Amino acid sequence: MTKQIIVPFGPQHPVLPEPIHLDLVLEDERVVDAIPSIGYIHRGFEKLVEKREFTEYVYIAERTCGICSFIHGATYCQGIEQIMKIEVPERADYLRTIWSEYSRLHSHLLWLGCFADSFGFENLFMAAWRIRERILDVFEQTTGGRVIQGSCKIGGVRRDIANDKLSGMSRDLDSIRKEIGELTTVFLNDDTVRHRTRNIGVLSRDDAYHLGAVGPTARGSGVAIDLRKTGYGAYDRLNVPVITDSCGDCYSRCYVRCKELFTSIDLIQQAITEIPDGPIDVKVTGAPNGEYFMRAEQPRGELVHYLKGNGTKFLVRSRIRTPTLTNIPPLVKMLQGCELADVPVIVLSIDPCISCTER
Amino acid sequence: MTYLAKSPWIVHYDGSSCNGCDIEVLAALTPIYDVERFGIVNTGNPKHADIFLVTGSVNEKNREIVKNTYDQMPEPKVVVAIGICAATGGIFRECYNVMGGIDKVIPVDVYVPGCAARPESIIDGVVQALGILEAKRKAMNENPGAAKKPAGDAR
Repeated sequence: MTKQIIVPFGPQHPVLPEPIHLDLVLEDERVVDAIPSIGYIHRGFEKLVEKREFTEYVYIAERTCGICSFIHGATYCQGIEQIMKIEVPERADYLRTIWSEYSRLHSHLLWLGCFADSFGFENLFMAAWRIRERILDVFEQTTGGRVIQGSCKIGGVRRDIANDKLSGMSRDLDSIRKEIGELTTVFLNDDTVRHRTRNIGVLSRDDAYHLGAVGPTARGSGVAIDLRKTGYGAYDRLNVPVITDSCGDCYSRCYVRCKELFTSIDLIQQAITEIPDGPIDVKVTGAPNGEYFMRAEQPRGELVHYLKGNGTKFLVRSRIRTPTLTNIPPLVKMLQGCELADVPVIVLSIDPCISCTER
Repeated sequence: MTYLAKSPWIVHYDGSSCNGCDIEVLAALTPIYDVERFGIVNTGNPKHADIFLVTGSVNEKNREIVKNTYDQMPEPKVVVAIGICAATGGIFRECYNVMGGIDKVIPVDVYVPGCAARPESIIDGVVQALGILEAKRKAMNENPGAAKKPAGDAR
């Protein structure tokens, strides 16, 4: 039997923007097992619901993660609205959906960049992040913040977007679509990229399903789960195609995200043409009494906010289950049998967001 | 920036931040802000780095890693605390697993405000850190005995 050695990966590692630690059990160059350990950025802010009023907790929910911040805030608000039976005005629903899809665009572009960096394609990293800045400009113009927006509140949204601005954004998306088209052509057709991603980190459909993979990780293995299909926000009025691929390797996960960029652009443009005029918020009185599981689709997969209130201003319990946490068991499965040099690519392929994971 | 004798390299560690500041640190390296044109390179190796960028607060589990990374950097070195979490713990300061700003563990030279800190202010913080780095280098050259120089440091 070959001698086994353990190589630590992380928490401070060049390809990881955030700390996660993996003990890789190696036989020569081959990884036979990976033992993840998390907890480097655990803050424990779920407990802050006892100290902050439920209307203020939106800001903390938003800071669960700086990448999908808007979706966290919106999911929390939607959960509270369900408990308190608040009807949100239609325009607010559409605005939330537009910002959520912009978040997805920015998150996927960010991921494409980091992914390119993980296999050493520096130029592609820069190209992806250059396009991403255009998305952040839209956030800055419409909400005032680049990564933390603070534009969602219980009962609606805080800011409106003027209709001529909306049509300007829609026109802008046409040129962004062209740039993204050029970028994704490289990711999907370039030989060097294909060489580093094809048949690397394969996750079969059964494994993806049984290990609880979510989001593009599951869809890359052929499991068609997309929470947007449940029709929260304005998604019930929009046409959401679910993109899947069957190979389950790093290339498939990249393929799914590349195609989802275009889906997001379509969704935003569709929402902009359909958005009705009207108020953007309703007055909120009283306090939540009851519990609710709010599920939403984050760029990385299914996000669950469990909220429980007892009729006071302070919630009793908040529990956040984020997609990266559920994608870690599939990640361990993907790593078994791969080569050490492919570990960064595989780890990046699930789009790990550790701040979400550890809360 | 003409007074710079060397290209300052940075190493970045994410304490317990929400990620917002981290991606802004990365954004500062990409084409719109592009600090690489000044020779500032993000390295993963603390032994190559002059400037330590820390985002987020410290907790019991990551304090050793922050300290380790800092100790491995050669003299002279400066620390930039990015974002309000790295300064005081910010919005999370009342959480049970947040000890507070990173100055609880290592000495900090520059504090960059913001939640999340904007790339412009991060770059501003790094430029201020360069001045401090230069002053430290000068002080070290004048009085070589004062700062402990790690063995094998060519500078």
